[in-house]
Amino acid sequence: MKYVDEYRDADTARALSTAITALCEPGRRYSFMEICGGHTHTIYKHGLEDHLPEQITLVHGPGCPVCVIPMGRVDDAIALARNPDVILTSFGDMLRIPGGNGSFLDAKAEGADIRMVYSPLDSLKVARQNPDKRVVFFAIGFETSTPSTAMTILRARAEGLTNFSVFCNHVRVCPAITAILESDDLRLDGFVGPGHVSTVIGCEPYEYVPRDYGKPIVTSGFEPLDILDSIRRLLVQLAEGRCEVENEYARVVPWEGNPKALAVIDQVMEVRDTFEWRGLGWIPESAMKLRDEFAAFDAERTFTVPGLRIADPPACQCGEVLRGLIKPWECGVFGTACTPETPIGTCMVSSEGACAAYYNFGRFSRSRVREATQA
Amino acid sequence: MCLGIPGEVMSFLEDSDLAMVSVEGVQRAVNIGLLREEADGPLDLRPGDWILIHVGFALSKIDEQEAKKSLNWLTGVGDAYTDELDALAASDIT
Repeated sequence: MKYVDEYRDADTARALSTAITALCEPGRRYSFMEICGGHTHTIYKHGLEDHLPEQITLVHGPGCPVCVIPMGRVDDAIALARNPDVILTSFGDMLRIPGGNGSFLDAKAEGADIRMVYSPLDSLKVARQNPDKRVVFFAIGFETSTPSTAMTILRARAEGLTNFSVFCNHVRVCPAITAILESDDLRLDGFVGPGHVSTVIGCEPYEYVPRDYGKPIVTSGFEPLDILDSIRRLLVQLAEGRCEVENEYARVVPWEGNPKALAVIDQVMEVRDTFEWRGLGWIPESAMKLRDEFAAFDAERTFTVPGLRIADPPACQCGEVLRGLIKPWECGVFGTACTPETPIGTCMVSSEGACAAYYNFGRFSRSRVREATQA
Repeated sequence: MCLGIPGEVMSFLEDSDLAMVSVEGVQRAVNIGLLREEADGPLDLRPGDWILIHVGFALSKIDEQEAKKSLNWLTGVGDAYTDELDALAASDIT
């Protein structure tokens, strides 16, 4: 009980662990997917799998936005950044993500003007300070981040800025869940639903998951106790024959989400017909683009973007990891050719990627070492 | 960038949707426009309140106990959190 003892609420953790064990039907196996990379991080950091019965498998999902960005979009952005008139701004998480021919950091070392920002609003400031340059913000993220980009575009329009645009890569969580549910490769019993995404979209958008696919989903907070309680709630639903959306993270997530954030997204953006995800391929209606009214702020319309399509490196199995088909340590290059210092795949770059989380924490867990040894 | 960071509202900047917010002792401007239900609607926010911040925007109001829980979780995240705090410290959206 090494890790549980470290929790502030060790007794609660033990009680949850006991309840989870009692709820499992003898002989039945359970697979639950946590969608969000933050949850994956908590699971490995706190060794949560070691405190679940062996009947329960936690499958790590595609909820790390920089992990699912396809190499072609990285290369497209680098092509924009190589334009001498352009300053490309990006969140720090993206800088080391490999494209087909290097990362943003590599392009920067070769002379491209690529700058790290904390907020899209920092990009606006760069645009104001550099009126002779065209500033392109590499917008990325699930619905948590999308309203921030939309608000920034509205601000740019209100200020009359003409040298600011967005290369929009905002993705939507529900189509990714659907793609996983439609996959023949994976049998899941339920989902631990994302936390921060749900502060924006609320819980209603997940209602199709129990209704159409017969799988319960519990929106969860990020602490170890939250995740254990969410797993317990999934098991209670299964034991009682219920199948619903539940909100374990109600202290932060309103059922209806953030109405202002949803309205701002809808004002500025619309759903794309399709978008490519690393490892998951093309998923219908899985991303956002700017509405025609905001074309002047859309880098895909104000620049000629190459539209590159690059296959992932053959040795890299991020695709299988993102679809939950293999565990990080089952990838052929995990921990050898691919480490956080020399990543081949995105899942090893981002701290929320399953491979990096497992490399940094999970590999030290006794049961995982045993599994890996037996594999 | 995926992290939501709790911050305590210290004061409001006039004629803008910005508030000065203290995050781990560092004060930075944060956009609070997403907490309004309507564009020019009232804002139920005052100094001493806690908010969850994501890439320079307040996503939701939280209570102090939740803020402390989040900070405890974030501290355990390690580099991703310290990198985010460094990025926030370098941010200036005023």
